[in-house]
Amino acid sequence: MSRRSFTAAQKLLHWSMAVAIIAMLFIGVGMVATLAPIHADLVALHRPLGVVILVLALIRLGLRLRRGAPPLPADLPWWQTLSARGSHVLLYALMIAMPLVGWGMLSAGGYPIVLHGAWQLPPILPQSNLLQVILRQSHRWLGLVFFAVILLHIAAALFHGLSRRDGVFSSMVRGR
Amino acid sequence: MLRRLLGTDGPLLVPAIVIALVLGALASAFAAVAGWFDPGRLTPARMVDALGRRGGDPVGHRRNHAKGVCFTGSFAANGAGTDLSTAPMLAAGRYPVTGRFAIATGNPLAADGSARVRSMAVRIVAPDGQEWRSGMNTSPVFAVATPAAFFAMVQAAMIDPATGKPDPQAMPAFIATHPETGAFLAWARSAPWTASYADQAYYGLNAFILTDARGTGRPVRWSMRPETAAAAVAPDTIGADVLAGDLAERLARGPLRWTMVMTLGQPDDPTDDATRPWPAGRREVVVGTLVVDAAQDEAHGPCRDVNFDPTILPDGIALSDDPLLAARSASYATSFDRRIAEQVRR
Repeated sequence: MSRRSFTAAQKLLHWSMAVAIIAMLFIGVGMVATLAPIHADLVALHRPLGVVILVLALIRLGLRLRRGAPPLPADLPWWQTLSARGSHVLLYALMIAMPLVGWGMLSAGGYPIVLHGAWQLPPILPQSNLLQVILRQSHRWLGLVFFAVILLHIAAALFHGLSRRDGVFSSMVRGR
Repeated sequence: MLRRLLGTDGPLLVPAIVIALVLGALASAFAAVAGWFDPGRLTPARMVDALGRRGGDPVGHRRNHAKGVCFTGSFAANGAGTDLSTAPMLAAGRYPVTGRFAIATGNPLAADGSARVRSMAVRIVAPDGQEWRSGMNTSPVFAVATPAAFFAMVQAAMIDPATGKPDPQAMPAFIATHPETGAFLAWARSAPWTASYADQAYYGLNAFILTDARGTGRPVRWSMRPETAAAAVAPDTIGADVLAGDLAERLARGPLRWTMVMTLGQPDDPTDDATRPWPAGRREVVVGTLVVDAAQDEAHGPCRDVNFDPTILPDGIALSDDPLLAARSASYATSFDRRIAEQVRR
Protein backbone atom coordinates (compact mmCIF):
# COMPACT_ATOMS: atom_id res chain seq x y z
CA MET A 1 0.00 0.00 0.00
CA SER A 2 1.40 3.34 -0.89
CA ARG A 3 0.06 6.78 -0.13
CA ARG A 4 1.05 10.05 -1.75
CA SER A 5 0.77 11.98 1.46
CA PHE A 6 1.39 11.78 5.21
CA THR A 7 -1.72 11.41 7.37
CA ALA A 8 -3.34 14.57 8.77
CA ALA A 9 -2.10 13.69 12.27
CA GLN A 10 1.44 13.23 10.97
CA LYS A 11 1.32 16.59 9.21
CA LEU A 12 -0.06 18.34 12.28
CA LEU A 13 2.69 16.83 14.41
CA HIS A 14 5.36 17.67 11.87
CA TRP A 15 4.49 21.35 11.61
CA SER A 16 3.74 21.98 15.28
CA MET A 17 6.96 20.23 16.26
CA ALA A 18 8.89 22.13 13.61
CA VAL A 19 7.87 25.38 15.27
CA ALA A 20 8.52 24.01 18.78
CA ILE A 21 11.92 22.52 17.98
CA ILE A 22 13.26 25.51 16.09
CA ALA A 23 12.03 27.79 18.89
CA MET A 24 13.66 25.43 21.40
CA LEU A 25 17.04 25.56 19.65
CA PHE A 26 16.94 29.36 19.57
CA ILE A 27 15.90 29.48 23.23
CA GLY A 28 18.71 27.11 24.18
CA VAL A 29 21.47 28.88 22.32
CA GLY A 30 20.20 32.26 23.49
CA MET A 31 19.79 31.47 27.18
CA VAL A 32 23.35 30.26 27.64
CA ALA A 33 24.71 33.38 25.96
CA THR A 34 23.06 36.11 27.99
CA LEU A 35 23.03 37.52 31.50
CA ALA A 36 19.97 39.65 30.80
CA PRO A 37 16.70 39.13 32.70
CA ILE A 38 15.32 37.18 29.74
CA HIS A 39 17.75 34.40 30.70
CA ALA A 40 15.47 33.36 33.58
CA ASP A 41 12.37 33.40 31.36
CA LEU A 42 14.09 31.35 28.66
CA VAL A 43 15.27 28.71 31.15
CA ALA A 44 11.75 28.54 32.63
CA LEU A 45 10.35 27.95 29.12
CA HIS A 46 13.11 25.57 27.97
CA ARG A 47 12.33 22.77 30.42
CA PRO A 48 8.53 22.39 29.92
CA LEU A 49 8.87 22.87 26.16
CA GLY A 50 11.45 20.09 26.13
CA VAL A 51 9.00 17.76 27.84
CA VAL A 52 6.27 18.67 25.33
CA ILE A 53 8.65 17.90 22.47
CA LEU A 54 9.62 14.56 24.03
CA VAL A 55 5.99 13.50 24.41
CA LEU A 56 5.08 14.60 20.89
CA ALA A 57 8.17 12.89 19.48
CA LEU A 58 7.20 9.58 21.07
CA ILE A 59 3.64 9.86 19.70
CA ARG A 60 5.07 10.75 16.32
CA LEU A 61 7.48 7.83 16.33
CA GLY A 62 4.55 5.52 17.12
CA LEU A 63 2.55 6.96 14.22
CA ARG A 64 5.49 6.66 11.86
CA LEU A 65 6.04 3.02 12.79
CA ARG A 66 2.32 2.24 12.41
CA ARG A 67 1.36 4.41 9.45
CA GLY A 68 4.70 4.65 7.67
CA ALA A 69 5.58 7.35 5.16
CA PRO A 70 4.87 7.83 1.46
CA PRO A 71 7.59 6.11 -0.60
CA LEU A 72 10.41 8.23 -1.93
CA PRO A 73 10.40 8.71 -5.73
CA ALA A 74 11.96 5.72 -7.49
CA ASP A 75 14.10 7.95 -9.70
CA LEU A 76 15.79 9.70 -6.77
CA PRO A 77 19.60 9.40 -6.99
CA TRP A 78 20.89 6.78 -4.57
CA TRP A 79 22.79 9.24 -2.42
CA GLN A 80 19.68 11.34 -1.90
CA THR A 81 17.63 8.29 -0.92
CA LEU A 82 20.35 7.33 1.53
CA SER A 83 20.58 10.88 2.90
CA ALA A 84 16.81 11.13 3.27
CA ARG A 85 16.58 7.85 5.20
CA GLY A 86 19.63 8.63 7.33
CA SER A 87 18.60 12.18 8.15
CA HIS A 88 15.10 11.09 9.14
CA VAL A 89 16.49 8.49 11.52
CA LEU A 90 18.81 11.16 12.91
CA LEU A 91 15.98 13.68 13.33
CA TYR A 92 13.84 11.18 15.24
CA ALA A 93 16.82 10.18 17.38
CA LEU A 94 17.57 13.81 18.22
CA MET A 95 13.93 14.71 18.94
CA ILE A 96 13.90 11.97 21.57
CA ALA A 97 17.51 12.17 22.77
CA MET A 98 17.78 15.93 23.30
CA PRO A 99 15.06 16.20 25.98
CA LEU A 100 16.34 13.03 27.67
CA VAL A 101 19.93 14.30 27.69
CA GLY A 102 18.73 17.62 29.13
CA TRP A 103 16.68 15.84 31.79
CA GLY A 104 19.59 13.55 32.60
CA MET A 105 22.02 16.46 32.74
CA LEU A 106 19.88 18.31 35.30
CA SER A 107 19.48 15.07 37.26
CA ALA A 108 23.23 14.43 37.32
CA GLY A 109 23.85 18.08 38.28
CA GLY A 110 21.66 17.74 41.36
CA TYR A 111 19.13 20.28 40.16
CA PRO A 112 15.41 20.07 40.82
CA ILE A 113 13.69 19.64 37.45
CA VAL A 114 11.00 22.29 37.74
CA LEU A 115 8.41 22.42 34.97
CA HIS A 116 6.09 25.02 36.40
CA GLY A 117 5.37 26.10 39.96
CA ALA A 118 5.28 23.00 42.14
CA TRP A 119 5.34 20.62 39.14
CA GLN A 120 8.62 18.78 39.01
CA LEU A 121 9.99 15.78 37.21
CA PRO A 122 11.88 13.14 39.17
CA PRO A 123 15.59 12.71 38.43
CA ILE A 124 16.35 9.98 35.90
CA LEU A 125 20.01 9.63 36.92
CA PRO A 126 21.89 9.80 40.22
CA GLN A 127 23.92 12.93 40.96
CA SER A 128 27.26 12.41 39.25
CA ASN A 129 29.89 14.89 38.13
CA LEU A 130 31.11 12.62 35.35
CA LEU A 131 27.62 12.15 33.91
CA GLN A 132 26.88 15.85 34.31
CA VAL A 133 29.95 16.80 32.27
CA ILE A 134 29.28 14.25 29.53
CA LEU A 135 25.60 15.11 29.24
CA ARG A 136 26.15 18.89 29.43
CA GLN A 137 28.63 18.72 26.55
CA SER A 138 26.40 16.32 24.62
CA HIS A 139 23.41 18.61 25.03
CA ARG A 140 25.34 21.49 23.52
CA TRP A 141 26.86 19.58 20.62
CA LEU A 142 23.73 17.58 19.80
CA GLY A 143 21.82 20.87 19.75
CA LEU A 144 24.19 22.29 17.15
CA VAL A 145 24.03 19.07 15.11
CA PHE A 146 20.22 19.15 15.38
CA PHE A 147 20.13 22.68 13.97
CA ALA A 148 22.47 21.73 11.12
CA VAL A 149 20.38 18.67 10.22
CA ILE A 150 17.21 20.79 10.25
CA LEU A 151 18.84 23.23 7.83
CA LEU A 152 19.73 20.34 5.49
CA HIS A 153 16.19 18.99 5.87
CA ILE A 154 14.74 22.38 4.85
CA ALA A 155 17.15 22.63 1.92
CA ALA A 156 16.16 19.17 0.72
CA ALA A 157 12.45 19.92 1.12
CA LEU A 158 12.77 23.12 -0.91
CA PHE A 159 14.77 21.27 -3.55
CA HIS A 160 12.00 18.68 -3.86
CA GLY A 161 9.31 21.35 -3.96
CA LEU A 162 10.96 23.88 -6.26
CA SER A 163 13.23 21.87 -8.53
CA ARG A 164 12.24 18.21 -8.69
CA ARG A 165 8.55 18.90 -8.04
CA ASP A 166 8.20 15.20 -7.34
CA GLY A 167 5.48 15.30 -4.67
CA VAL A 168 7.84 14.83 -1.71
CA PHE A 169 7.35 18.39 -0.49
CA SER A 170 3.59 18.35 -1.06
CA SER A 171 3.29 15.04 0.82
CA MET A 172 3.85 17.04 4.01
CA VAL A 173 1.90 20.11 2.92
CA ARG A 174 -1.27 19.29 0.96
CA GLY A 175 -4.23 17.09 1.74
CA ARG A 176 -4.27 13.48 0.61
CA MET B 1 26.18 16.65 -15.20
CA LEU B 2 24.89 18.66 -12.22
CA ARG B 3 21.30 17.82 -13.16
CA ARG B 4 22.10 14.13 -13.27
CA LEU B 5 23.91 14.29 -9.94
CA LEU B 6 20.95 16.09 -8.36
CA GLY B 7 18.42 13.96 -10.22
CA THR B 8 16.30 16.89 -11.41
CA ASP B 9 14.88 18.14 -14.69
CA GLY B 10 13.48 21.25 -13.07
CA PRO B 11 14.90 24.73 -12.59
CA LEU B 12 18.15 25.12 -10.66
CA LEU B 13 18.88 28.82 -10.27
CA VAL B 14 15.71 29.99 -8.55
CA PRO B 15 15.58 27.02 -6.13
CA ALA B 16 19.26 27.57 -5.32
CA ILE B 17 18.61 31.23 -4.53
CA VAL B 18 15.54 30.46 -2.40
CA ILE B 19 17.41 27.75 -0.50
CA ALA B 20 20.39 30.04 0.08
CA LEU B 21 18.16 32.84 1.34
CA VAL B 22 16.11 30.64 3.68
CA LEU B 23 19.14 28.82 5.13
CA GLY B 24 21.15 32.03 5.31
CA ALA B 25 18.37 33.80 7.21
CA LEU B 26 17.91 30.95 9.68
CA ALA B 27 21.62 30.43 10.26
CA SER B 28 22.22 34.18 10.69
CA ALA B 29 19.37 34.51 13.16
CA PHE B 30 20.75 31.54 15.11
CA ALA B 31 24.25 33.01 15.17
CA ALA B 32 22.89 36.40 16.22
CA VAL B 33 20.93 34.89 19.12
CA ALA B 34 24.01 32.89 20.13
CA GLY B 35 26.03 36.12 20.18
CA TRP B 36 28.50 34.93 17.53
CA PHE B 37 28.35 38.29 15.72
CA ASP B 38 28.73 40.21 18.95
CA PRO B 39 32.01 39.45 20.73
CA GLY B 40 31.43 42.44 23.02
CA ARG B 41 28.27 40.98 24.53
CA LEU B 42 28.43 40.41 28.27
CA THR B 43 27.94 36.65 28.38
CA PRO B 44 28.08 34.28 31.33
CA ALA B 45 31.37 32.97 29.91
CA ARG B 46 32.98 36.42 29.93
CA MET B 47 31.70 37.12 33.44
CA VAL B 48 33.10 33.83 34.74
CA ASP B 49 36.40 34.38 32.90
CA ALA B 50 36.78 37.73 34.65
CA LEU B 51 35.81 36.35 38.06
CA GLY B 52 38.55 33.73 37.73
CA ARG B 53 41.29 36.30 37.16
CA ARG B 54 41.34 37.96 40.56
CA GLY B 55 44.28 36.03 41.97
CA GLY B 56 45.04 32.46 42.96
CA ASP B 57 44.16 29.39 40.96
CA PRO B 58 40.40 28.90 40.82
CA VAL B 59 40.50 25.77 38.64
CA GLY B 60 38.13 23.21 40.13
CA HIS B 61 36.59 25.81 42.44
CA ARG B 62 33.73 28.28 42.39
CA ARG B 63 34.79 31.37 40.51
CA ASN B 64 33.38 33.63 43.18
CA HIS B 65 33.24 33.02 46.92
CA ALA B 66 35.90 30.47 46.08
CA LYS B 67 37.00 29.66 49.64
CA GLY B 68 34.42 28.13 51.90
CA VAL B 69 33.21 25.32 54.09
CA CYS B 70 30.15 23.06 53.89
CA PHE B 71 27.52 22.68 56.54
CA THR B 72 24.45 20.58 57.16
CA GLY B 73 21.47 21.25 59.36
CA SER B 74 17.81 22.01 59.12
CA PHE B 75 15.33 24.80 58.70
CA ALA B 76 12.69 24.80 61.43
CA ALA B 77 9.76 26.74 60.03
CA ASN B 78 7.35 28.20 62.57
CA GLY B 79 4.47 28.40 60.09
CA ALA B 80 4.21 32.20 60.14
CA GLY B 81 5.32 32.31 56.52
CA THR B 82 2.29 30.40 55.26
CA ASP B 83 0.21 33.60 55.33
CA LEU B 84 2.68 35.10 52.88
CA SER B 85 3.71 32.23 50.64
CA THR B 86 2.66 28.75 49.56
CA ALA B 87 6.30 27.58 49.72
CA PRO B 88 6.12 24.11 51.31
CA MET B 89 9.16 24.72 53.52
CA LEU B 90 7.43 27.65 55.20
CA ALA B 91 4.76 25.35 56.65
CA ALA B 92 5.55 24.54 60.28
CA GLY B 93 8.05 21.70 60.28
CA ARG B 94 11.68 20.81 59.92
CA TYR B 95 13.38 20.61 56.52
CA PRO B 96 16.90 19.38 55.72
CA VAL B 97 19.49 21.96 54.70
CA THR B 98 22.78 21.65 52.85
CA GLY B 99 24.74 24.88 53.02
CA ARG B 100 28.02 26.64 52.69
CA PHE B 101 29.83 29.51 54.35
CA ALA B 102 32.41 31.34 52.26
CA ILE B 103 34.40 34.50 51.85
CA ALA B 104 33.85 36.72 48.83
CA THR B 105 37.05 36.10 46.91
CA GLY B 106 38.16 34.65 43.61
CA ASN B 107 41.09 32.89 45.26
CA PRO B 108 40.42 29.53 46.95
CA LEU B 109 43.52 30.05 49.10
CA ALA B 110 42.82 33.67 50.09
CA ALA B 111 43.43 34.73 53.69
CA ASP B 112 40.19 34.86 55.66
CA GLY B 113 40.79 38.49 56.62
CA SER B 114 41.25 39.55 53.02
CA ALA B 115 37.55 39.52 52.15
CA ARG B 116 35.23 42.17 53.49
CA VAL B 117 32.14 40.19 52.57
CA ARG B 118 31.26 36.70 53.78
CA SER B 119 28.38 34.58 52.61
CA MET B 120 25.97 31.85 53.58
CA ALA B 121 24.35 29.67 50.94
CA VAL B 122 21.51 27.28 51.68
CA ARG B 123 19.57 24.58 49.92
CA ILE B 124 16.34 23.81 51.77
CA VAL B 125 14.48 20.75 50.52
CA ALA B 126 10.73 20.21 51.01
CA PRO B 127 9.22 16.70 51.33
CA ASP B 128 7.76 16.96 47.81
CA GLY B 129 11.23 17.58 46.36
CA GLN B 130 10.84 21.31 45.81
CA GLU B 131 13.98 23.26 46.61
CA TRP B 132 14.78 26.73 47.85
CA ARG B 133 18.34 27.78 47.17
CA SER B 134 19.68 31.09 48.35
CA GLY B 135 23.05 32.80 48.47
CA MET B 136 23.26 35.54 51.09
CA ASN B 137 25.97 38.04 51.97
CA THR B 138 26.99 39.80 55.17
CA SER B 139 26.39 43.17 53.52
CA PRO B 140 22.75 44.28 53.77
CA VAL B 141 22.97 45.81 50.29
CA PHE B 142 24.97 44.86 47.22
CA ALA B 143 27.67 47.10 45.76
CA VAL B 144 26.11 47.35 42.30
CA ALA B 145 22.68 47.15 40.74
CA THR B 146 23.30 45.70 37.28
CA PRO B 147 25.30 42.88 35.68
CA ALA B 148 27.24 45.43 33.61
CA ALA B 149 28.30 47.35 36.72
CA PHE B 150 29.23 44.09 38.46
CA PHE B 151 31.37 43.12 35.47
CA ALA B 152 33.10 46.50 35.58
CA MET B 153 33.77 46.01 39.31
CA VAL B 154 35.20 42.52 38.72
CA GLN B 155 37.39 43.87 35.93
CA ALA B 156 38.72 46.52 38.29
CA ALA B 157 39.78 43.72 40.66
CA MET B 158 41.45 41.63 37.94
CA ILE B 159 45.12 40.83 38.36
CA ASP B 160 47.46 42.51 35.91
CA PRO B 161 49.79 39.68 34.79
CA ALA B 162 52.68 42.16 34.55
CA THR B 163 52.55 43.21 38.21
CA GLY B 164 50.71 40.30 39.79
CA LYS B 165 48.33 42.86 41.30
CA PRO B 166 45.22 44.72 40.21
CA ASP B 167 45.77 48.10 38.62
CA PRO B 168 45.86 50.39 41.71
CA GLN B 169 43.89 53.06 39.85
CA ALA B 170 41.13 50.71 38.69
CA MET B 171 39.01 50.26 41.81
CA PRO B 172 39.11 53.94 42.86
CA ALA B 173 38.14 54.84 39.30
CA PHE B 174 35.30 52.31 39.36
CA ILE B 175 33.99 53.66 42.67
CA ALA B 176 34.25 57.25 41.46
CA THR B 177 32.08 56.44 38.46
CA HIS B 178 29.60 54.24 40.35
CA PRO B 179 27.94 56.28 43.10
CA GLU B 180 25.45 53.45 43.69
CA THR B 181 28.23 51.70 45.65
CA GLY B 182 27.77 54.32 48.42
CA ALA B 183 25.51 52.35 50.77
CA PHE B 184 27.65 49.25 50.43
CA LEU B 185 30.86 51.19 51.10
CA ALA B 186 29.33 52.85 54.14
CA TRP B 187 28.57 49.35 55.49
CA ALA B 188 32.09 48.14 54.60
CA ARG B 189 33.67 51.05 56.52
CA SER B 190 31.47 50.86 59.59
CA ALA B 191 30.44 47.21 60.16
CA PRO B 192 32.61 45.44 62.74
CA TRP B 193 34.95 42.71 61.53
CA THR B 194 34.68 39.42 63.37
CA ALA B 195 36.67 36.19 63.30
CA SER B 196 33.66 33.92 62.83
CA TYR B 197 30.98 32.89 60.35
CA ALA B 198 28.69 32.19 63.29
CA ASP B 199 28.16 35.73 64.56
CA GLN B 200 27.28 37.30 61.23
CA ALA B 201 23.92 38.23 59.75
CA TYR B 202 23.41 37.23 56.12
CA TYR B 203 21.15 39.11 53.71
CA GLY B 204 19.48 37.76 50.57
CA LEU B 205 20.40 41.01 48.77
CA ASN B 206 17.90 40.70 45.93
CA ALA B 207 14.19 41.22 46.31
CA PHE B 208 11.84 38.33 45.63
CA ILE B 209 8.08 38.01 45.43
CA LEU B 210 6.19 35.92 47.96
CA THR B 211 2.90 34.59 46.61
CA ASP B 212 0.18 33.43 48.98
CA ALA B 213 -2.57 30.87 48.42
CA ARG B 214 -4.85 33.51 46.91
CA GLY B 215 -2.20 34.50 44.41
CA THR B 216 -1.37 37.81 46.07
CA GLY B 217 2.28 38.72 45.58
CA ARG B 218 4.35 40.74 48.05
CA PRO B 219 7.93 41.99 47.58
CA VAL B 220 10.34 40.66 50.16
CA ARG B 221 13.99 40.70 51.16
CA TRP B 222 15.05 37.98 53.54
CA SER B 223 17.87 37.67 56.01
CA MET B 224 19.39 35.30 58.54
CA ARG B 225 20.00 36.92 61.94
CA PRO B 226 22.53 35.15 64.17
CA GLU B 227 21.74 33.97 67.66
CA THR B 228 25.47 34.31 68.40
CA ALA B 229 26.53 37.78 69.57
CA ALA B 230 29.12 39.42 67.33
CA ALA B 231 32.63 39.74 68.77
CA ALA B 232 34.41 42.56 66.97
CA VAL B 233 38.12 42.19 66.26
CA ALA B 234 40.67 44.28 64.41
CA PRO B 235 40.74 43.10 60.77
CA ASP B 236 44.52 42.60 60.78
CA THR B 237 44.28 40.14 63.67
CA ILE B 238 42.15 37.69 61.67
CA GLY B 239 44.30 34.65 60.84
CA ALA B 240 44.57 33.36 57.29
CA ASP B 241 42.57 30.18 57.95
CA VAL B 242 40.55 30.74 61.09
CA LEU B 243 36.95 30.76 59.93
CA ALA B 244 36.51 27.06 59.15
CA GLY B 245 38.24 26.11 62.42
CA ASP B 246 36.14 28.54 64.44
CA LEU B 247 32.99 27.05 62.91
CA ALA B 248 34.04 23.47 63.72
CA GLU B 249 34.98 24.47 67.27
CA ARG B 250 31.63 26.13 67.91
CA LEU B 251 29.71 23.22 66.37
CA ALA B 252 31.58 20.79 68.61
CA ARG B 253 29.88 22.59 71.52
CA GLY B 254 26.43 22.53 69.91
CA PRO B 255 24.34 23.68 66.96
CA LEU B 256 24.38 27.28 65.75
CA ARG B 257 21.15 29.12 64.99
CA TRP B 258 19.95 31.94 62.80
CA THR B 259 16.49 33.47 62.77
CA MET B 260 15.08 33.83 59.29
CA VAL B 261 13.33 37.14 58.78
CA MET B 262 11.14 38.20 55.87
CA THR B 263 11.17 41.98 55.43
CA LEU B 264 8.10 42.99 53.45
CA GLY B 265 8.43 45.82 50.97
CA GLN B 266 5.92 48.59 50.33
CA PRO B 267 4.82 49.41 46.79
CA ASP B 268 7.42 52.15 46.34
CA ASP B 269 10.36 50.16 47.71
CA PRO B 270 12.87 49.29 45.00
CA THR B 271 12.82 45.63 43.98
CA ASP B 272 15.10 46.08 40.99
CA ASP B 273 18.03 47.72 42.75
CA ALA B 274 20.01 45.72 45.30
CA THR B 275 22.17 48.74 46.18
CA ARG B 276 19.30 50.62 47.84
CA PRO B 277 18.21 49.68 51.33
CA TRP B 278 14.50 49.73 52.07
CA PRO B 279 13.34 52.33 54.60
CA ALA B 280 13.56 51.30 58.24
CA GLY B 281 10.41 50.12 59.95
CA ARG B 282 9.17 47.77 57.25
CA ARG B 283 7.09 44.89 58.54
CA GLU B 284 9.25 41.91 59.49
CA VAL B 285 7.98 38.36 59.84
CA VAL B 286 10.08 35.70 61.51
CA VAL B 287 9.42 32.53 59.52
CA GLY B 288 11.72 30.07 61.24
CA THR B 289 15.14 29.14 62.51
CA LEU B 290 18.09 27.83 60.57
CA VAL B 291 19.91 25.26 62.69
CA VAL B 292 23.46 24.42 61.64
CA ASP B 293 24.51 21.08 63.11
CA ALA B 294 27.76 20.10 61.44
CA ALA B 295 30.47 21.41 59.14
CA GLN B 296 32.46 19.53 56.50
CA ASP B 297 35.56 20.32 54.45
CA GLU B 298 34.52 21.60 51.09
CA ALA B 299 36.79 19.19 49.20
CA HIS B 300 34.64 16.24 50.27
CA GLY B 301 31.59 17.94 51.73
CA PRO B 302 28.00 17.71 50.54
CA CYS B 303 27.93 21.33 49.35
CA ARG B 304 30.81 20.92 46.94
CA ASP B 305 28.70 19.94 43.94
CA VAL B 306 25.72 22.15 44.69
CA ASN B 307 25.05 25.19 42.55
CA PHE B 308 23.45 27.66 44.97
CA ASP B 309 21.55 29.36 42.15
CA PRO B 310 19.21 31.89 43.81
CA THR B 311 16.62 31.43 41.05
CA ILE B 312 15.93 27.85 42.18
CA LEU B 313 12.79 28.54 44.15
CA PRO B 314 9.72 26.65 45.32
CA ASP B 315 6.21 27.49 44.22
CA GLY B 316 5.17 30.51 46.30
CA ILE B 317 8.49 32.37 45.92
CA ALA B 318 9.18 34.07 42.60
CA LEU B 319 11.85 36.23 41.05
CA SER B 320 11.49 40.00 41.28
CA ASP B 321 12.49 42.40 38.51
CA ASP B 322 16.02 42.64 39.94
CA PRO B 323 18.34 42.23 36.91
CA LEU B 324 21.04 40.65 39.08
CA LEU B 325 18.99 37.49 39.61
CA ALA B 326 19.09 36.18 36.05
CA ALA B 327 22.73 37.21 35.81
CA ARG B 328 23.58 35.30 38.98
CA SER B 329 21.75 32.25 37.66
CA ALA B 330 23.47 32.32 34.27
CA SER B 331 26.93 32.94 35.74
CA TYR B 332 26.58 30.34 38.50
CA ALA B 333 25.57 27.74 35.92
CA THR B 334 28.64 28.48 33.82
CA SER B 335 30.90 28.49 36.89
CA PHE B 336 29.33 25.18 37.99
CA ASP B 337 29.75 23.53 34.58
CA ARG B 338 33.38 24.61 34.46
CA ARG B 339 34.43 23.54 37.92
CA ILE B 340 32.61 20.22 37.69
CA ALA B 341 34.40 19.52 34.39
CA GLU B 342 37.71 20.56 35.95
CA GLN B 343 37.14 18.25 38.90
CA VAL B 344 36.32 15.34 36.59
CA ARG B 345 39.48 15.93 34.57
CA ARG B 346 41.65 15.76 37.69
